[in-house]
Amino acid sequence: MMQTFRRRISPVQVLVLTALWLLLNQTLALGHLLLGVALAVVLAWGGSTLRPLSARLRRIDVAAALACVVLLDIVRSNIAVARIVLSPYGNRKLHSGFLDIPLELRDPHGLATLAMIVTSTPGTVWVGLSPDGTLLRLHVLDLVDEAHWIELFKNRYEQRLMRIFE
Amino acid sequence: MNLLFDFAAAFASLCFILAMIFALIRLIIGPSAQDRVLAFDTMYINGMLTLLMLGIRSSSTVYFDMALLIALFGFVGTIALAKFLLRGEVIEP
Amino acid sequence: MNGMDLPLWAAVPAALLLVIGGLLSVIGALGMLRLPDFYTRMHPPTMGTTLGVGSVLIASMLVSSALLHRPVFHELLITLFVVLSTPVTAMLLIRAAVTRERKPPEEQQ
Repeated sequence: MMQTFRRRISPVQVLVLTALWLLLNQTLALGHLLLGVALAVVLAWGGSTLRPLSARLRRIDVAAALACVVLLDIVRSNIAVARIVLSPYGNRKLHSGFLDIPLELRDPHGLATLAMIVTSTPGTVWVGLSPDGTLLRLHVLDLVDEAHWIELFKNRYEQRLMRIFE
Repeated sequence: MNLLFDFAAAFASLCFILAMIFALIRLIIGPSAQDRVLAFDTMYINGMLTLLMLGIRSSSTVYFDMALLIALFGFVGTIALAKFLLRGEVIEP
Repeated sequence: MNGMDLPLWAAVPAALLLVIGGLLSVIGALGMLRLPDFYTRMHPPTMGTTLGVGSVLIASMLVSSALLHRPVFHELLITLFVVLSTPVTAMLLIRAAVTRERKPPEEQQ
């Protein structure tokens, strides 16, 4: 794998970096466009040695659906966490704890996306994977029903991520 | 209608400053080192938001660059502190 | 708003978003202050950094687009950066907390 690897510049990366440069300078002038493309090509070429793995997005439609689900979940759990914080006796009956979830997802990009989703949702934080990568440990603020949580988690995020990346 | 907007902007600024005060209290009393790092993290995010509010209220875009710099440096600082707590050194040989 | 005129279509949603963002941030910081231990204290500030930052930045985009009479998008950069960076710090912090609690105190550096 490492022997056959050669430096490749991904066009998507160049496009995103150029867009970032133009956004930062708030312009569409030709000079900035050329400078941005040149910088993006150099940066993408330099960065290609850091990460030999490249991600492939297989299903754009599933990814869009997942983004909507995540946005809705963030709103919903924001309200739930705000209710816990503001409830006067919330501290006494708070069932927070660690939760272990058996995981079937193996793709590193899928795992990274899952970590981002879980951590940016208030109420759950990603703690880590077990060394063999089969068990995921989360910390949950309001852990009421473990089996229900695991079921929800697997149906909502893991299935979709497996369809996107694997 | 601008009265409504001004009121909302003042309210939001007040909220961010209050959040910074809460984070400061946690930074001072925080029993463990990781509590203090978390409080620092919250504080720089709210400081960035306060600066953005200043930009909105004075309708200038100069504050945007400052807010971006605070976000960048705050992230690097929190990562360095967390890495130090994790390993005892920031850059490993 | 020193003499500037903000049109109605921008003023009302921006005011609403600012109030929501401010409330979320202050509730997050309050939760960090009053919850009992470190692991539970991890959770509330995430509210401020996801939805709070997002709504304030959308409000900022609305206001500067309305005042400059052209679409202004560059606040998206901060949103993108904050959304990408805060989960990383949260994960590193919780791993630091877990390893520090596992070690006996005399081995801690």
